[in-house]
Amino acid sequence: MSPGKSGQYLTFGPENASFKAKIEELSGENIDLCMQCGGCSSGCPLTEEMEFLPSTVIRYVQLGMEEALDSNTPWVCITCFNCEVRCPRGIDVANVMEALRQVALRAKYDRFSLDELTSEELMELPQIAIISNQRKLTG
Amino acid sequence: MRLPYYPGCTLKTDAQNFETSTLEAAKTLDIELVELPRWNCCGTVHALAKDDVIHYLAPIRNLIRVDEMIANGEIEDGKLVTQCVMCWNTIKRANTAALEDPDKMEKIRGIMEKEPEYSGKVEVLHFLELLKEKGWETITGAVKLPLEGLKVAPYYGCLLLRPREFALDDPDNPRIIEDLLEALGAEVVDLAYKSKCCGAYHAVHMKEVSAELSHKILSQANEMGADMVVTACPLCEFNLGKRQHEIKKLHPEFSSIPVVYYTQLMALAFGLNEEATAFEENTPDPRPLLAEKGLIMER
Repeated sequence: MSPGKSGQYLTFGPENASFKAKIEELSGENIDLCMQCGGCSSGCPLTEEMEFLPSTVIRYVQLGMEEALDSNTPWVCITCFNCEVRCPRGIDVANVMEALRQVALRAKYDRFSLDELTSEELMELPQIAIISNQRKLTG
Repeated sequence: MRLPYYPGCTLKTDAQNFETSTLEAAKTLDIELVELPRWNCCGTVHALAKDDVIHYLAPIRNLIRVDEMIANGEIEDGKLVTQCVMCWNTIKRANTAALEDPDKMEKIRGIMEKEPEYSGKVEVLHFLELLKEKGWETITGAVKLPLEGLKVAPYYGCLLLRPREFALDDPDNPRIIEDLLEALGAEVVDLAYKSKCCGAYHAVHMKEVSAELSHKILSQANEMGADMVVTACPLCEFNLGKRQHEIKKLHPEFSSIPVVYYTQLMALAFGLNEEATAFEENTPDPRPLLAEKGLIMER
């Protein structure tokens, strides 16, 4: 089978089910409830910065495709819960993004180190910004 | 009314004006806020991963301190008042999630074996909830200097209103800050972007993204003729206020607008002194505008 226009094609194997199950367990969300209405993506204030829309990421998870981890989307998500109040199916998409971040952080590496900041930049920031940033972007 | 109060890290450093104005405004309303003894960091964000246990320790430990205050006879009610929105959300959510999950609570107990067992009876309140409980007429009754002619745009940000289960008010149509401002005599400017994200912790490593998001909110406030924006969160205040120089870099035509904490306007309307309002700690400085409106003395 050759990839379609998107450059990707679907393959289904046992690993798909285990990836989906892992995300469902970590997020506590039932991914199959999503009907791809796109409400989360239309409400998200950060889609301009995202490589995939939040609803696209959810679709990848539904299909059990680890490509859900390939885009910057879970890292751009700032957990503002706009998607949560909009989802007509009761999925907390922010929890799914957290599950994806956790899978990446627990398996690989921290996403951002404070060493990348100058001491002037660090001094300007309030603790609330530094701690929340490190809670979200480091394991 | 005597209640334990959890300040959190930023109210002790970058947002001292938020703490000072809160404590002084509370005194005017006969609310004595007693700082929680031996409080520790809340963690700033709720542990969303379902298997997370370790990030519950910090918020639960703070709740144990409230239990101890009751045991020592220092307070009567098991209520904890918070002011920083991120502290409120984090401690409140940890309290709820831990109590709903006995296995998790058991693990937390196991890790914190030297701490007394948490009663599970503490209620986490935001200061705004306390004000609503007092009643807006009571607030109006304490006003000595009505904020007439001051056009104020409330900015809620994310965590006061979301997720829905933990919302302080209707997430789609909040009124609580509007009601407070009207009780103080101010004119409310209703922003469509009042609960859109300011960029939050992206300020650390993606500051242009935060600046763009904050720019949208503040430009709308400018377009709608607001004199200033009020917030209840030190991270919102940082992005919307102190970081306006970053917005100017991206949008040189942007005209700056003061951003203050809602408690500072309470202190002003209650006729409290300059130490209580602490406007000198805000960037941009709101004082020239307030003087122009006749609400403070010209310097």
